[in-house]
Amino acid sequence: MDTGIKQAGIKKPGVDTAVIRIRDLNISFGSNHVLKDFNLVLGKGESVVVLGKSGSGKSVLIKCIVGLLKPDSGTIEVFGSEITEMDDEELDHIRVKIGFLFQSNALYDSMTVRENLEFPLRRRWINVEQDEINNMVMEALTNVGLENTVDMMPAELSGGMRKRIALARTLILKPEIILYDEPTSGLDPVTAKEISDLIVEIQKKYNTSSLIISHEMNTVRRTANRIVILIDGKCYADGTYEELSGSADKEVQPFFSK
Amino acid sequence: MELSKSVQQFLLETGNIARFTGRFFRQLFTPRNEYAEFFRQCYVIGYNSLALVGLTGFIMGLVLTLQLRPSLLRYGVESQLPAMVGIAIVREIGPVITALIFAGKIGSSIGAEIGSMKVTEQIDAMEVSGTNPFKYLVVTRVLAATFMLPVLVLLSDAISLYGSWLGINIKGVTSFDLFFSQVFDNLAFGDVLPAFIKTFFFGFAVGIIGCYKGYYSNKGTEGVGRSANSAVVVSSVLVFIIDLVVVQITDLMGLN
Repeated sequence: MDTGIKQAGIKKPGVDTAVIRIRDLNISFGSNHVLKDFNLVLGKGESVVVLGKSGSGKSVLIKCIVGLLKPDSGTIEVFGSEITEMDDEELDHIRVKIGFLFQSNALYDSMTVRENLEFPLRRRWINVEQDEINNMVMEALTNVGLENTVDMMPAELSGGMRKRIALARTLILKPEIILYDEPTSGLDPVTAKEISDLIVEIQKKYNTSSLIISHEMNTVRRTANRIVILIDGKCYADGTYEELSGSADKEVQPFFSK
Repeated sequence: MELSKSVQQFLLETGNIARFTGRFFRQLFTPRNEYAEFFRQCYVIGYNSLALVGLTGFIMGLVLTLQLRPSLLRYGVESQLPAMVGIAIVREIGPVITALIFAGKIGSSIGAEIGSMKVTEQIDAMEVSGTNPFKYLVVTRVLAATFMLPVLVLLSDAISLYGSWLGINIKGVTSFDLFFSQVFDNLAFGDVLPAFIKTFFFGFAVGIIGCYKGYYSNKGTEGVGRSANSAVVVSSVLVFIIDLVVVQITDLMGLN
């Protein structure tokens, strides 16, 4: 369907600058065809928000990008490497460059904040010195403003603090791409704003490329360079916040109505 | 129609458990080995179960002795009480009761722990962090359960026999040395070895079922509770089935 919005005035990342390139992606669960010939390009240093209703397949999309789900057909290129046919070992090499902030934070309940942050470091770099690990943990915690929680358990933290710690764990390997799955869902407006600002700050500081799944418009407005609207498993519209919020399209308008 | 559906469900579940077990053996021999997590699990599964297993073992030995004594008295063979209790505890009651306690404590805890990790995406987070979650969570726990249950059974047997000696001394006087020499004089190789070997299978069954139920947990927190419950039920039933099979095999081998 031509919405008249797609590509309106947007300079799409070229072949050289694309860090993720998804072509004709299809994935079904039983009779539920979640993504249908979905296409997306994420450029280096770009922040793209995928907007869609609950259950529209947004989380499925980013789980496909890190190889947690296998698509039925289509291709996903990350840094130019096709990942859908990779084995676990090859996927691991790509995953080092990708950070993933889970909707539920996915902090390990049985570990302290320090152990949570050390876990990916110890898995990736076996021979790293303890002093170096300590420095990296403290740097990641400083980035999210929670240096004093290092010996606390996740259960002792508030929802907003857990989100920040999860973000610190995502940052600790200094990924080039960060995938955010509903980063502000379930948070109060003040904390949601703080997390959104942190996402923008991190993107500027480390020049990361971000793919953000969200349906919270304040987060979308603050974080997006570009918005992709996912409807019926397809990329329905693609544009900046200003372009899409001014659209008269009856499928796009409800996302931006106050 | 309803019966056929439940039979189908049973066969499907059995097939899935068999496939999960096959995956365990494949992963067991692939790098990287998670030694640190394995030893941590041995501590959690073994050491943390000592008090419970010791207490139940003591009560088991004491009660068994007090219950058997009147019957043996009636036939005038009270002197055979240490031998009878010893054989009963070492061959059957010690391994089976300890395995059932183990299934209740460890099977449910593994099922709930892995189940909650599954529904809160911690397993996905592990995979994204470059960790093979099956190897890290399942292989280590199953191995720890397999190697810790036999140790717990040995301890439980020893404490049960001690409880039995105390039970005998409630209504009579038998020295510690005499009691234990009577117990060991009447225990043969065929009593001890099959009973010890089957505990490895009991431990494996409890570990693999706990992990399977947790790993395929769904439907949120309700599903976690269901996984823990179902892990206990299925592994307890499996303990009895394994026991039945082992008894038949030892019988065929002439060890009974």
